[in-house]
Amino acid sequence: MQRGFSLDAVPWWIWPVALFAVSFVIGIIGVLAGVGGGVLFVPIVGGFFPFHLDFVRAAGLLLALTGALSAAPRLLRARMASLRIAMPLALIGSITSIAGAWIGLALPTHVAQMALGATILAIALLMLLAEKSEFPEVPAQDRLSRKLGLSGTFHDPATGRDHDWRIHRTPHGLFAFAGIGLLAGMFGLGAGWANVPALNLLMGVPLKLAVGTSGLVLSVIDTSAAWVYINQGAVLPILVAPSIAGVMLGAKIGARLLRVVRAGTVRRIVVALLLAAGARALLKGTGVWS
Amino acid sequence: MDEESFSAEEHAYARWLDLGTRVGFAILIGSFLAYALGLVPPHVPVEELAKVWTLPVDQYRAAVGAPAGWGWLRLAAHGDYLNYFAIAFLALVTALCYLRILPRLAARNDRIYAWIAALEIVVLVAAAAGIAGAPH
Repeated sequence: MQRGFSLDAVPWWIWPVALFAVSFVIGIIGVLAGVGGGVLFVPIVGGFFPFHLDFVRAAGLLLALTGALSAAPRLLRARMASLRIAMPLALIGSITSIAGAWIGLALPTHVAQMALGATILAIALLMLLAEKSEFPEVPAQDRLSRKLGLSGTFHDPATGRDHDWRIHRTPHGLFAFAGIGLLAGMFGLGAGWANVPALNLLMGVPLKLAVGTSGLVLSVIDTSAAWVYINQGAVLPILVAPSIAGVMLGAKIGARLLRVVRAGTVRRIVVALLLAAGARALLKGTGVWS
Repeated sequence: MDEESFSAEEHAYARWLDLGTRVGFAILIGSFLAYALGLVPPHVPVEELAKVWTLPVDQYRAAVGAPAGWGWLRLAAHGDYLNYFAIAFLALVTALCYLRILPRLAARNDRIYAWIAALEIVVLVAAAAGIAGAPH
């Protein structure tokens, strides 16, 4: 009996071309919604492309890593990112991201798919519910924050004004970044979706400084986890290169569209995409829709 | 010591990161073009690759005789593994940036941050060396 459509029948060259196209769109949407590419890339490519999840997670990490590496110098020079805030958080996160990558590669594929689906659905929920505070109220620094010298002045180029900032709940922040690192390594997700709320709402970092510092932390966390995948030989250039090129190009277009597109609408599109990709990963993991 | 006194380290870090990322991207573009255009023959032909990219990475390695760890260096004359130079370089850039700021932090007696930088270098080097390798 003739079976339905088989992925084996698709010529191989379709996949890198499709990857480039999908990554290009992810690059545009990621910039407009402020989520980076990795969180969309892994569930979408893992769910709808033929590559094994091991290769997709490695590509997702490298995608997020290259994006963060290329943006960080500009953010640091503009004082829109703080190395002083990033370093302690990145140290904890990079250790746990290695553990996360280790766990992710050890899990049976269907379990990893289900866990990825559940995580993506939780991220979509977080994006729906999370609030933001441009300049959070920080009544007092905690002891660790004082010891680490986590205070300063942030110059907002949009308003031309200086804002003093200081950090609280530093131990909670370190704990949060331990969890973020674990998830980033396990699923190959960039962690901007979690970094920004943790820095902004939990630790009291001004929003714009939190966004910039998030990228810097991500570049360190993803580097550590990426090495685990590189050392396993899980990097397929034919998957990685078109994806990086597509996202980088899309991100440039996205940055130009920022002024004309309504952020709220894009955010709703991203939540819908995450819900669909998360559900697909869950169904794939449970064997309902392989 | 606070954020304001940290700007010299941030600028040094940014300078090295910028340079390292540009070099890494240039190698990535060059090596991928060499691979994609068939200028350097791959270890795994693309038609063969399409039959095994659905496998978990350990089964993939066994199927195509792909190396783990830094074993790719032995295959670096092949188009596909040529790309690993760029990937490895991009993954080393952060450790190089930390190496750049470590002596500065130590010189101005910022002990806590010097220790954090030193520990981060240890973590990244351990990850790169495969000490934190994964089971399958």
